[in-house]
Amino acid sequence: MLQIENLKVEIEGREILKGITLSVKKGEIHAIMGPNGSGKSTLASVLAGKNFGEITGGKITYMGRNLLEMEAEDRAKEGIFLGFQYPIEIPGVSMVNFMKTAVNEHRKYRGEEPLSSSDFLKLMREKKELVKIESGLTNRSVNEGFSGGEKKRNEIFQMAMLEPKLAILDETDSGLDIDALKIVANGVNELKTPENAAIVITHYQRLLDYIIPDVVHVLYDGRIVKTGGKDLAVELEKLGYDWIKKGDDTVKYG
Amino acid sequence: MDKKTQTIKRFSKLFTDNSSRIENNSAGLINSYRGDAMKQFVELGIPDRKNESYRYTNLDPWFNADYKSYFVPGEEDFKAAENFECEVADLNSYDLVLLNGIPPRYNGTLDGLPEGIWVGSLVEAAEKYPDLVARHYGRYAQNGKDGLIPLNTALASDGIFVYIERGVTLTNPVQIINLVHSDRDMFVQHRNLIVVEDEAKLPMIVCDHALSPQKFLTNAVTEVYVGENAHFDILRVQNEHNNAAKLTHTFIHQEKNSYAVSNNITLHGGLIRNSTYHRLNGEGAGSNALGLYLTDRWQHVDNFVSIDHASPNCTSNQLFKGVLDDFATGAFNGRILVNREAQKTLAYQKNNTILLTDDARMDTKPQLEIYADDVKCSHGATVGQLDEDAMFYLRSRGINKDEARLMLMFGFAREVIEKISTEALKIRIDDLVLKRLRGELSRCATCSINCDK
Repeated sequence: MLQIENLKVEIEGREILKGITLSVKKGEIHAIMGPNGSGKSTLASVLAGKNFGEITGGKITYMGRNLLEMEAEDRAKEGIFLGFQYPIEIPGVSMVNFMKTAVNEHRKYRGEEPLSSSDFLKLMREKKELVKIESGLTNRSVNEGFSGGEKKRNEIFQMAMLEPKLAILDETDSGLDIDALKIVANGVNELKTPENAAIVITHYQRLLDYIIPDVVHVLYDGRIVKTGGKDLAVELEKLGYDWIKKGDDTVKYG
Repeated sequence: MDKKTQTIKRFSKLFTDNSSRIENNSAGLINSYRGDAMKQFVELGIPDRKNESYRYTNLDPWFNADYKSYFVPGEEDFKAAENFECEVADLNSYDLVLLNGIPPRYNGTLDGLPEGIWVGSLVEAAEKYPDLVARHYGRYAQNGKDGLIPLNTALASDGIFVYIERGVTLTNPVQIINLVHSDRDMFVQHRNLIVVEDEAKLPMIVCDHALSPQKFLTNAVTEVYVGENAHFDILRVQNEHNNAAKLTHTFIHQEKNSYAVSNNITLHGGLIRNSTYHRLNGEGAGSNALGLYLTDRWQHVDNFVSIDHASPNCTSNQLFKGVLDDFATGAFNGRILVNREAQKTLAYQKNNTILLTDDARMDTKPQLEIYADDVKCSHGATVGQLDEDAMFYLRSRGINKDEARLMLMFGFAREVIEKISTEALKIRIDDLVLKRLRGELSRCATCSINCDK
């Protein structure tokens, strides 16, 4: 589904990603872990098509297409979804209008008729149930005045509405208490099918108790320094990131 | 002789040449103000950019043009004008069409109005309600520095008069459809007076339109008296063309515990200058001065607001937002004057503008003069671009760039629209603003003007 080959990204002259190679097949969940400042969020944003920094090397192929040549909105319509670490507040734009526009843009892209208002509201009700999002929230402006947990749940709600092929969840667990974390993880698991894939970016192992990854990567200083199975996350939790920072390679896994 | 003196001379001559015609079409009481007003105008002249409150607006090209300056429309003109369909007309409202500033002579009030309210010509009102007009006319339009006001007093022959009796509450708005139409370039002046007695409630809409592509310059003065515990709400929608200039001066005088809202929504016009004055004359009065401007090409829009806190315990709020595209320019000047006796004043002001191009320009200036010590005032202004992070957020959900821009601009404008009190009107304005932002304002679709846009 997704192949990243030797991807290099510079921001304001500083190299943030220094040659990332990663391959995600359908049906897989990949976790990307790493300390702050290692380049996790940069990778997520580059995949979603944010115009920042400069791609200085490498390539990304998604479903056989050159991803880097696609606009952000086209990537979304081809099934890429980014769950934001810091969802943006947009005053004056209602959640309903936002989601209706997004859903219908996706439908148009697939050559389908736009949803009628009643079908759309029905779809919203179903999906809201999944993430236990209160009705009140969808009547408000996008993320405006939402708590941290509500914003993250709203990301999963949007993901449920758009049914992506590849979901990239950037620190979706940060700022969540354990109950909210379970709701978010449950949402992700419910949406998982053998046909889609997910990249879960996290700082802590905690989320991976609920979302079981097939592959775990450790990103440090712009490079993937370790790749392993789900046990790698447990090791990391135990030992912290310091042993990676020191370049200690004696710990074996998988 | 400098330009300013030349313009004064021209208007003096216009006054001398036409005063008998004007007076014959007006009322004695109104005529009695003309001589002194002309003297004051000769002293002040047309405001130039040395005048602090006109610093960003150049009126010169509009006043140094040749206009057919005087016009009394005939019955046929009104028939033609009434065929015009205003974008917000299909809500339940009491509509009055004003053609080139002149209301039709209905010989009485507008049809279908409930008891206790009179809407019609000011000249007629001066005869029908002489005491009432005498008590209020010329009392509130006071600005010793702006020559456009005495110019209006000297030359305007008529305008509208709205009177709502004590305790009468009107739910559906009175709508003034303000049309300019001529086969020659025209300078239009009209003078309006609105009296809202104690405990009464009056919502109003004014729609400004130009029906022919000629050059128009309108200088309109409106005086409003809002009595104790009364409510007054005026929404002005300006949708003319690039060859039309509109200068409005609205003076709202508010008594004890009254509440007044003024909202200027500017969608299109060559030059727009709205001067809005709220005088909080009685204790406990509240005002909300709002504005939204969405202009492009070479249009210029200038909002001047003056809130005069003359009594204690009053609250005022100013909220002006705009989106400027292409080479459009804008100015905002928000004055808050808190007099020494106006303790416990709450006064807020906010002006936010989005510039869509590097060539668009906005000048914004707060002007706070506070002479009382126990007050709470705040002001803030921003001029910027659309939020890039918000753009990316929308696009990352599959919404294309143009649609995302539109959603953000509309969301930005929404804060002003949300404050419109009549729900039906809010929906209409939403629709109108959205069309304007999409560049498909149906004005062009239904309009009979063969302009080249």
